Amino acid sequence: MLSIKNLHVSIEDKPILNGLNLEIGTGEVHAIMGPNGSGKSTLSYVLSGREGYEVTEGQILYEGEDLLELETEERAHKGIFLAMQYPVELPGVNNMVFLKESLNAIRRARGEEELDSVKFMQLVKEKAKMVKLDEKLLKRSVNAGFSGGEKKRNEILQMALLEPKLALLDETDSGLDIDALRIVAEGVNALRSPERSVVLVTHYQRLLDYIQPDHVHVLSEGRIVRSGGKELAHELEEKGYSWLKEGAAA
Amino acid sequence: MTATPNTVDELIDRGYEHGFITDIESDTFPPGLNEDVIRALSAKKNEPEWMLEWRLKAYRHWLTLEQPSWAHLNYPPIDYQSISYYSAPKKAGDGPQSLDEVDPELIDTYNKLGIPLEEQMALAGVAVDAVFDSVSVATTFREKLSEAGVIFCSMSEAVQDYPELVRQYLGSVVPHTDNFFACMNAAVFSDGTFVYIPKGVRCPMELSTYFRINEANTGQFERTLVVAEEASYVSYLEGCTAPMRDENQLHAAVVELVAMDDAKIKYSTVQNWYPGNAEGKGGIYNFVTKRGDCRGERSHISWTQVETGSAITWKYPSCILRGDDSTGEFYSVAVARGRQQADTGTKMIHLGRNTKSTIVSKGISAGHGQNAYRGLVRMTPKAENARNHTQCDSLLIGDTSGAHTYPYIEVRNPTAKMEHEATTSKISEDQLFYCRQRGLTEEDAVSMIVNGFCKEVFNELPMEFAVEAQKLLNVTLEGAVG
Repeated sequence: MLSIKNLHVSIEDKPILNGLNLEIGTGEVHAIMGPNGSGKSTLSYVLSGREGYEVTEGQILYEGEDLLELETEERAHKGIFLAMQYPVELPGVNNMVFLKESLNAIRRARGEEELDSVKFMQLVKEKAKMVKLDEKLLKRSVNAGFSGGEKKRNEILQMALLEPKLALLDETDSGLDIDALRIVAEGVNALRSPERSVVLVTHYQRLLDYIQPDHVHVLSEGRIVRSGGKELAHELEEKGYSWLKEGAAA
Repeated sequence: MTATPNTVDELIDRGYEHGFITDIESDTFPPGLNEDVIRALSAKKNEPEWMLEWRLKAYRHWLTLEQPSWAHLNYPPIDYQSISYYSAPKKAGDGPQSLDEVDPELIDTYNKLGIPLEEQMALAGVAVDAVFDSVSVATTFREKLSEAGVIFCSMSEAVQDYPELVRQYLGSVVPHTDNFFACMNAAVFSDGTFVYIPKGVRCPMELSTYFRINEANTGQFERTLVVAEEASYVSYLEGCTAPMRDENQLHAAVVELVAMDDAKIKYSTVQNWYPGNAEGKGGIYNFVTKRGDCRGERSHISWTQVETGSAITWKYPSCILRGDDSTGEFYSVAVARGRQQADTGTKMIHLGRNTKSTIVSKGISAGHGQNAYRGLVRMTPKAENARNHTQCDSLLIGDTSGAHTYPYIEVRNPTAKMEHEATTSKISEDQLFYCRQRGLTEEDAVSMIVNGFCKEVFNELPMEFAVEAQKLLNVTLEGAVG
């Protein structure tokens, strides 16, 4: 599904990722953990195609295709979804309109029929129920004035609606209280499927109490320094990231 | 001030026999402005003596005036002697013979707006033999209106057929002494629209210049007068959403609205004239004076404008809130992109007690566009309990455009309440990335954000107009990012 080889990325000539390797198979859930500044968010942005991130070396293959050749929206059309750490507010843009335009843009690009308003409405209501998002929020401007938890749930709603093949969740747990975290995690779990790969980018282990990853990777100074099963997350929780650095040096 | 395509009106006009049309069909005055030109113009239109005197008085006053320079606009001086003040409508045969001869860029825009082929040909001035359906539409339209007692005709006709009404109201809201451009208009206005709604009548349909017949060549110095008698209602739409490559560089129109007790006038404009090319060459200079007089108690005047065209826009649709408990509203979207410059806003003059006004202005600047909001809210000493709410938002796209806000507030009554809110925002890289990550192209994302920004104003437009305004904005802003 996704194969990252020797990835080097700079922002304004400052190297952030330094030879990152990662293989993600279809249907797998991977957690990428690491201290602040290790390059976690950079990885999410490079995969989703944000401007300003310069790939100086290496390659990324997504379903056998050179991902770096694709425009941001083309990646979305091909099933890459990024749930953002700080979802952006779009004042004046109705949430429902945004969701519909987005879904139909992707359906169009895939040669599928666009959903009419009635069908869309049914679908969005069903999905909103699933992520326990208040229907009132659908009628408001996208994320404008939403609480932190509402914004994150709105991201998961979009994910549920767009049904991506590769979902990237960037620090989805940050700023959430335990109830909100549980709701978001339930949403993600409900979307787990053999056809869908998930990458959880997180600083803390606590999200992984609710979403069980198949693989855990530790990112430090722009490369993956350790990979393992979910027990690695617990080990990290106990010993902290400094232990890892020592371990890597040893 | 109308973007109504003259050529469409010309086509519509065929089959109607109006006295002066045949007289003027073939000639254009040589450039220049003097009393003889005004006399000749008035004679062409077979105007009564008082009308000529009215024009001459204005002209003599105009000679004493200087072109205003206070606006945030930059343009070379206009040579008023190089303009022809009378130009007969072009004969259909003068235009291009087929769409192949028309600027492909223009055709492209028509297609994007979804304008049917026949109409495209008419808009572009192509000679077509097909008689428009609009002729019959216009006829039934007129019958229905006259049943209700509504007068809806060209200003030239009104001068002939309703001289008393015209004399009573013409210049009563915007006197010739008002400003340089209004004064010039009074001297040389070519034609325009006259609307009269009798007491207690609710005009049975939206009046639109689009369906008006006998309208050829009113573009340059148009004069519009709308009078709503006691407890009447009218909604008037001017403009056409199709871009028109007008050859006239200078437009100086005047619109006067008069609302008596309990009357309501809703006046909507969509202006999309040629904005000039990317370097700022060509394009219309649009200097318009629009003013409504809430003369009666509880009267209500509402202006809605979507200004996307013209190289220069100088326009301040205003309300004089004279009657007690009267209401004035101004809803505006103004776009300045490329090298466009817009200096637009409103004036709300509170004279009566308990008068209310609302101002919602949305300015969008892209490319090298410069957009200025200029608004005056004046509460006079007698305006007890007057209230105003002003909301003035600017949206910047790219980093070479400009937004400017000049609010003038004069409150001379301690019971008056006045609120002013202003915001400036920019379409951010974050927002565009977010939208693109969800599968939208950058242009779809921009148009979605812009339409969201303008929603409050679009909601004030009649339904089908709102849809077209939205489409128009998308075309206008295409390629505005990056």
